[in-house]
Amino acid sequence: MMADARAVAGDALLIAGKDLRLEARTRVATNHVLPFVGAVVMIFAFALDPDTGVLRRATAGLFWVTVLFAAVLLIQRSFAVEQADGVSDSLRLSGLRPAGIFLGKVLSLIAELVGIEIVLIGAVIVLYGVHLKGALLLLVTTLAATVAIAAVGSVYGPLATGLRASETALPLLLLPVLAPVLLAATRAFEIALGDTAGGGWPWAGMLGIVAAVYLTLGLAVWGPLLEET
Amino acid sequence: MTDLLARRDLSTGPEPPEAALTTGSTGSRILGVCALVSLAILVLLAFVVTGQDVNLGESIRIMYVHVPTVSLAYLCMILNAVGAVWYLWKRSEFADLLSHAAGELGVVLLGITLISGSLWGRITWGAYWVWDARLTTTALLFLMYVGYLAVRAATPEPRSRAVRSAVVGIAAACLIPIVHESVQWWASLHQSETLFGTLSPKIKGTQLFTLMFSFVAFGFTTAWLLMHRFRVAWLAERAAESELEVAIAERRAEATEPAEVVS
Amino acid sequence: MIALLAAIKVTSQWPFILGAWGVTVLIIGGYAFSVVRRGKRLSRQVPPEQRRWM
Repeated sequence: MMADARAVAGDALLIAGKDLRLEARTRVATNHVLPFVGAVVMIFAFALDPDTGVLRRATAGLFWVTVLFAAVLLIQRSFAVEQADGVSDSLRLSGLRPAGIFLGKVLSLIAELVGIEIVLIGAVIVLYGVHLKGALLLLVTTLAATVAIAAVGSVYGPLATGLRASETALPLLLLPVLAPVLLAATRAFEIALGDTAGGGWPWAGMLGIVAAVYLTLGLAVWGPLLEET
Repeated sequence: MTDLLARRDLSTGPEPPEAALTTGSTGSRILGVCALVSLAILVLLAFVVTGQDVNLGESIRIMYVHVPTVSLAYLCMILNAVGAVWYLWKRSEFADLLSHAAGELGVVLLGITLISGSLWGRITWGAYWVWDARLTTTALLFLMYVGYLAVRAATPEPRSRAVRSAVVGIAAACLIPIVHESVQWWASLHQSETLFGTLSPKIKGTQLFTLMFSFVAFGFTTAWLLMHRFRVAWLAERAAESELEVAIAERRAEATEPAEVVS
Repeated sequence: MIALLAAIKVTSQWPFILGAWGVTVLIIGGYAFSVVRRGKRLSRQVPPEQRRWM
């Protein structure tokens, strides 16, 4: 049991390492997704007049909507690289455990998303003029939400690649499913940014549960998914 | 080989009886009659026999559509998930097609739920849409299962399609309680009370009976639709297979000499 | 709150009630019609021995 878990962890780190090395070489997240995120932040400012204070009050929601958009791009990228050059066949034949591959994908997505989120937090603090009140709540919320997004993305990502019109199928699949994450994360952020009073920790707790459910789901279905896709 | 080519054109063989050329059967016909009769009775009950509600007024008559459709939709979604799990476990084509039929029916029923709920909301709150927990959850589930149908439509190969859509179906079903809870919580933040004002628990008499009966009527209808949709899916698979066989036979015929027999 | 809502006057509720029922009948009827029609078309394409479901 322990040996099994260690093997899965080893496989996970192998896959995560591969993906992050690939990212370091190709710099898709830094060169494409990060500027896209910056553009979205600006576009929201144009859509919601900064002077009326709407932008400031809507920051929590806008932050997470932006993260969601970035996540869709990163997930698409993460699984597009598996489709190229017969990589998916190599993965199937490699003897790596499906659970390990799944967790590896989740880990690399978490790493990329966290990078984006750090920059994004900085951007909204500067551009939207928010003040941080509950830093710990912010941190825990972000972590839990990121794990949830990465887990669900790693389940739906391989589903959508290889479909006809997969680029348009993935957002359709992901966004309704991520709605609870958006909901909970936004509420927690609002409290952490001092926009609303109340307890933010229940929301963070809900995010933890959601992340756990998605991770379990992914571990359960990745075996059959790997075989067929 | 000539067998396969001949099979394509049914008119060369003996004419099958007319009754065989539909997805109907004795069982489905009985079910269909039950559905029609009970729907007719329901309309009578809903519009003639029952009066207006003390709280909801005439709008309660919409509830006789709205409540059974949402409940049956949930049933379809559960059936979809059960079929999906069964498929992943046993690789049974029956399970996959059952999932598909149930999923599609669920989308249809959720659509009706949303429209009837919206019209009820227009009467009760003056707005076609309010962000209350029930409607919002229904809308999200509708989108999730539209995604299920989209994945099915976009995967041509049957086995891959079955696995992918099974995963989507299971994921969607796992998320139903999460979506429920989170939206409920979220909606309660900006409404001072549950505006959806579910039917008064004191509903009784003919109104209660009509509501219960609406489940029966729509239940028969859903079961009938499910049977036919499943059979259509089955036939579609068989038709696709035989087209494939014919196409392969034709390609072989082009490649080999006429005298050669292809087994 | 309830009083406020009750004050929102709808001139007549019947168009909406009939609309809801009408839409329901149309959707279910239309869907049933398309399924049965597709079934007939496919039945013609599939040889008799393969029409046995299950």
